[in-house]
Amino acid sequence: MKRPARLSPARIGLYAFLLGAAAFFLLPLYVMLITSVKPMEEIRLGHLFALPRSVTLEPWATAWQAACTGLQCDGIRGGFWNSVAIVLPSTVLSILMGAINGYALSFWKPRIGQWFFTVLLLGAFVPYQVLMFPLVRAFATVSLYGTLPGIVLIHTIFGMPVMTLLFRNYYASVPGELFKAARIDGGGFWRIFFQLMLPMSVPIIVVAVIMQVTNIWNDFILGLVFAGREHLPMTVQLNNIINTTTGERLYNVNMAATLLTSLVPLVIYLVSGRWFVRGIAAGAVKG
Amino acid sequence: MGPVSILQGLDLEVHPGEFLVLLGPSGCGKSTLLHSIAGLLDVTGGRIEIGGHDVTWADPKDRSIGMVFQSYALYPTMNVERNLSFGLRINGTPKAEIDKRVQRAAQMLQLTELLKRKPAQLSGGQRQRVAIGRALVRQAEVFLFDEPLSNLDAKLRTELRRELKQLHKALGSTMIYVTHDQVEALTLASRIAVMKDGRIQQIDTPAEIYNRPANMFVAGFLGAPGMNFVEGRLQGGRFVSEALSADVSRYLFEQAPQDGQPVVLGIRPEHIALDAADGEAHGRGTVSLVEPMGAHWVTWLDLQGRPLAVQSVSNTEALLDRQVAFRIDAARVSLFDAESQRRL
Repeated sequence: MKRPARLSPARIGLYAFLLGAAAFFLLPLYVMLITSVKPMEEIRLGHLFALPRSVTLEPWATAWQAACTGLQCDGIRGGFWNSVAIVLPSTVLSILMGAINGYALSFWKPRIGQWFFTVLLLGAFVPYQVLMFPLVRAFATVSLYGTLPGIVLIHTIFGMPVMTLLFRNYYASVPGELFKAARIDGGGFWRIFFQLMLPMSVPIIVVAVIMQVTNIWNDFILGLVFAGREHLPMTVQLNNIINTTTGERLYNVNMAATLLTSLVPLVIYLVSGRWFVRGIAAGAVKG
Repeated sequence: MGPVSILQGLDLEVHPGEFLVLLGPSGCGKSTLLHSIAGLLDVTGGRIEIGGHDVTWADPKDRSIGMVFQSYALYPTMNVERNLSFGLRINGTPKAEIDKRVQRAAQMLQLTELLKRKPAQLSGGQRQRVAIGRALVRQAEVFLFDEPLSNLDAKLRTELRRELKQLHKALGSTMIYVTHDQVEALTLASRIAVMKDGRIQQIDTPAEIYNRPANMFVAGFLGAPGMNFVEGRLQGGRFVSEALSADVSRYLFEQAPQDGQPVVLGIRPEHIALDAADGEAHGRGTVSLVEPMGAHWVTWLDLQGRPLAVQSVSNTEALLDRQVAFRIDAARVSLFDAESQRRL
C-alpha cells in the first residue's frame, strides 16, 4: 500500500484559501504598521502599500507623549494608565461577582435563584443606550457619576450577566456530590467557595479574564459617559487624538496611537490563546 | 414542579454498631433516605435521631456522620493528605491531632505512600479508599455509604467489599450502606432493609431475607437468578398446579390457610434437583437453555411455556432439549398469597 500523497490538489486548494483569508485579514494591519513608521513626506506620495524607504519611530513617540487631544498635547499615555486603572478592578470585581453568583445558583439553589437568573439574563439583552440616562441620574444622585469607582461599578454591573452565565455553566459540570462531601466536612458558603470551588475554576477564570479585559479595554461609550474628564479611557483619548487636527492629518501618528491602543487585547490573545481554548473546552473534561 | 413525596410512613431503627444495608432498585428512595439522614435533603415531615439526639434540622456537619459517595467526590485541587484533613482543618482540630488521625487512617487504608498525590493520579480503588478515609478521620458515629463500589470494576469491587467488611469489624461503628447490588447486601450486612417505592418491604438478617422473604418482590429481587414462582392452589396440605405439585403440609404458615386458596409457590433455583427418580418427581419440563456460571450451572426448564431456573453443581449441557423430571426441596419453599403477594 502506498502512503497517501501529502499534497493532493484538495490540500493545495485548502492551503491557498487559508493563506488568502489570512492575507485578507492581515492587510489592514500591514497598512497600519508601515504607515506608522513612515515620515509624513512619504505618506503624502500616496503609495498606501509601499514599504517605507526610511523607517522612523518618531510617530510612535509622538503618539505616546505629544499628540494633541483637544487643547492638551500629552499624547495617549494618560489614557493608557486610565484604562489600566479601570480594567484591573473592573475585571477582578466582575469575575468575582460572576463566580459567586454562579456558585450560589449551581449549588445552594436559593428559592428565588431561577427567577433572579432569568432577570439577570434579560438584563443582558437590554441595549446599553436605553439604560444610559437612568444610570447617569442614579449615579449622580449618589455622587458616583464621573468617578473611577463609578465606571468600575458600571463595568461590574454590565459584566455580571455574562460572567454569571459562564460560571453557572462551569459549576453545573462539577459533580454535586463534591459539594455535598464538602458540606459534610463542615464547609460553609464562603469556605467551600474560596477553598474548593475557586481553585477548581482556573480554566474558566482564564476565559473570563480574557473576555473582560478585552471588553472593558475596548469599551468606548461607557467610558465616555461615566468615567469623567479625569479618567477617560484610552479608547476615548484615541478618538480625540484622531479628531483633533491642526493643519494636516498626521496619519502616521494616528496609526501609531491606534496600534498602541489595541496592543493590550492583542497581547492578551497572543499570550493566552491556548489557555482560552483549553478553558472553553474544560467544561467537557472530567477532573 | 410540585413537591414529590418520596418516602412515606417510613420507620427505621438502626442499632449501634450495626451494618445496615438499604437495598432496592433505582428510584426506590434508598438514596433519598440516606441523604435525609445526612442532612443533605430537607425532610418535609418526621424526625431523624442520631445517638439519641434529634438532628432533623441539624446541619450535616453537626450530625456526627461521615459519608462516602459513588463518584468518590474527592477535592480535585487538594492532595490526598489535604483531602483527608479538610474537615478537621475546618473545625479547628489541633495540627498534631490532625496528623495523628490522618496517619492512622492512611495506615488502615494503605494510603501512606499516596498522601502527596492528587486525586487525578490515583486509580479508582485508591480514590474510593481516600473517600472512606475522609469519613474515617472524622471519627463519626455513623458512616453513610451511597453506592460506594458501583463505579469500580468487578474485581476491585470484590476486593474493596472485603476491606469494608474488615473495616467494620475493626471499628465497630454503625454503618448505613445503600446499594442495588444484592451480593454486596448479602455479604456486608448485619441487617438488610429491602426497599421499593419509598417503603421498606422487609428488614431482617441476610439469611432471613433470603430464605424467608416477606413478599414476592423481596423474593424476586434477591438471588441470581431470582426465585421461581409457580401459580397454583392449596388442596389438602398439598400445593397443586398443572406443572408442579408438592406436599407442603409441614410448611410453617403464619396464619392458617383456606383449602383451595389460590397461592404462588416460590422456590430458589438451588433448591430444585434434576436427578429425580420417577416416583418422587414433583414435575417435568424441557431443558431449553443451560448457562455455565463457572462453579455451577443454571438450567432453564420450560414448564408449559413458563421458565423455571434450576441451579446445579453438575454440568447439565448434555440434557439440552430433553424432557427431565425434577424434584424440589419442599421444606424450603415459600408460599405467597396470590392476591396480596405476601408471604403466607
